[in-house]
Amino acid sequence: MSEMIKITYREAIKQAIRDVMQNDERVFLMGEDVGNYGGAFAVSKGLLKEFGSDRIMDVPLSESGFTGAGIGAALAGMRPIVEVMTVNFSLLAMDQIVNNASTLLHMSGGQLNVPLVIRMGCGIGRQLAAQHSHSWEPFFAHVPGLIVLSVGTHEDARGMLISAMQSLDPVILFEYTFMLNLEKEIPADSGTVEIKKAKVLREGNDISLITYGAGVYKCLEAAEVLGQEGIEVEVIDLRVLRPMDEETFLTSVKKTHRALVVEEAWKSVSISSEVVSRIMEKAFFDLDAPVERLCGVEVPIPYPKHLEDASIPQVSDILEKVNKMLKP
Amino acid sequence: MEKKKKLDSKEGQRLLKQMILIRRFEEKSAEEYTKSQIRGFLHLYSGEEAVAVGVIQALTEADNILCTYREHGHALARGVDPKAIMAEMYGKQEGCSKGRGGSMHLFEATKNFFGGNAIVSGHLPLSVGMALAAKKQKKNNVTCCFFGEGAAAEGEFHESMNLAALWQVPTLFVCENNQYAMGTAIKLTHSVQQLEKKGPAYGIESAAVDGMDLLAVMEAADKAVKMIKEKGKPYFLVCNTYRFRAHSMFDAELYREKSEVEEWKKKDPIPKFQEFLLKGKLITAKKITEIEKAVDAQIQEAIEFAENGTWEDNENLIRFVYSDTESI
Ligand SMILES: Cc1ncc(C[n+]2csc(CCOP(=O)(O)OP(=O)(O)O)c2C)c(N)n1
Ligand SMILES: [Mg+2]
Repeated sequence: MSEMIKITYREAIKQAIRDVMQNDERVFLMGEDVGNYGGAFAVSKGLLKEFGSDRIMDVPLSESGFTGAGIGAALAGMRPIVEVMTVNFSLLAMDQIVNNASTLLHMSGGQLNVPLVIRMGCGIGRQLAAQHSHSWEPFFAHVPGLIVLSVGTHEDARGMLISAMQSLDPVILFEYTFMLNLEKEIPADSGTVEIKKAKVLREGNDISLITYGAGVYKCLEAAEVLGQEGIEVEVIDLRVLRPMDEETFLTSVKKTHRALVVEEAWKSVSISSEVVSRIMEKAFFDLDAPVERLCGVEVPIPYPKHLEDASIPQVSDILEKVNKMLKP
Repeated sequence: MEKKKKLDSKEGQRLLKQMILIRRFEEKSAEEYTKSQIRGFLHLYSGEEAVAVGVIQALTEADNILCTYREHGHALARGVDPKAIMAEMYGKQEGCSKGRGGSMHLFEATKNFFGGNAIVSGHLPLSVGMALAAKKQKKNNVTCCFFGEGAAAEGEFHESMNLAALWQVPTLFVCENNQYAMGTAIKLTHSVQQLEKKGPAYGIESAAVDGMDLLAVMEAADKAVKMIKEKGKPYFLVCNTYRFRAHSMFDAELYREKSEVEEWKKKDPIPKFQEFLLKGKLITAKKITEIEKAVDAQIQEAIEFAENGTWEDNENLIRFVYSDTESI
């Protein structure tokens, strides 16, 4: 086993950006405040000095414009990384992403590739209220032609961008800002990661907890607690929200016969809706109990802490739900 | 301080009191933030007081106001109760948005104060629509929309300017050019930095004014509002100003020199206006001290009101999602 190092989620992403910039001169980063400000969340701090303003480009507040420009630059032979400061602002760039980035390959009969990575900060939990607390993973995961990745662990923070940059198709990368300061151990030689498959992060025989993004560490924490009570939980990080890898969770469900899907996005028409449908279609007869979901409450996220907490699944909710499912 | 509007001492003192209230309210808010009483994003208006106060004094109560997330000053100048604003920032039910919005989403419909929008430029089209409604309803009120110079790079700014001119509706667009959009200087966000030049391209009468000079802002705003009310057409007013404090409480201010801030502080609108009032014998030094004391008491009262406010029950989490769940 290789040596382990401690690293923050922020530093892991930053090292990945640095790696891809160093290894390919076609790569440049553009986004609001990525340069002089040091990145809205200090992810790109210092990179302007290291790479210069041609490659670390501060852009005006023009999400549709600069995202579209990123698509254009990708068409013309560059390998841009577009940073949309937070997912909340991606709505202004949605037309470019959905009508251009995701369709050009198909509409052109396979002539045009869009090798572009769009990174966005996301996640709930900092009391930023309704307009700054969106979970748009399901929106993007709805669109054929996009590759949608959710960075739920530090290893993926270090590796997903590097792998995404090798894709010929547009990749949307969700980064969870509340984890930026969180320190975890990863192998010192972490680099590219698989970006086609979900991952079993903890094995267990009693129940499958299927989640992504902000749910990953919460589910692992819950699994740890449940483990002490003798309940063996299998935790699956979906990672790739489109095209979805169903094999990993179907295999797990066939083993555990029970599944709980956890996500922060609103429940209706969500990632969990899709996961549950596929379990119904392909593993129904393997189930010992109805599949359950813990999702975001369908409310624009309110500002006060207690109401914000009540809007999204917490570790305690997961514990309670698993206990109910196993000891009815 | 060239331009001398005929100001009587009562009005002069009222406006000075507003500016002092805003400044001290912001200082107190920062303090409460460090005590974790206020959370989420907090954007302070210190340095820019002359803009909100100078423009809003030109409006009547029937005129609509829309703002950005940096809107405490505008709310205070419009006469929203400081107690309700502070309670909102505490997340209490007694807040002007029932605690749901926080600092970035102050609303007071009874005062025609329509927020508090945290998506940069998101409220510009709304302001056009409100003015369009006034035109259709044959009302003679103005809709005044405040936004930053960063917002003027968004498509929504350009679309709104065109629509307002095309439809000939009574919108007053007020651009608060404080030189930075977060950490990105105007020279990096606008190809043409004299923003007032953008109005005529749409057929909108435009002007730029020293936003650090209350009297100058008042004169420019009075003229703009008069023109709009007479002709029913939009107007674009650029107020050149500066924020003395960081963009938000998360900003390390790596993008500007301290000396630049100090230079601008010499143009502080409050001492400048005080001096004008003193010179014109419209106020005495003693009266200024009285005003300061009264303001401090008012803010203390707001804090106590917020502290004594009540938290909304978790049971009510999904209030205000649809109109039929419950009205206010
Ligand atoms: C559409 C959108 N993009 C990005 C942001 C993040 N953001 C918040 S304020 C801000 C700067 C806005 O600058 P400006 O319009 O000049 O207003 P100021 O804050 O200077 O008053 C940015 C980039 C946002 N809230 N909305
Ligand atoms: Mg600005």
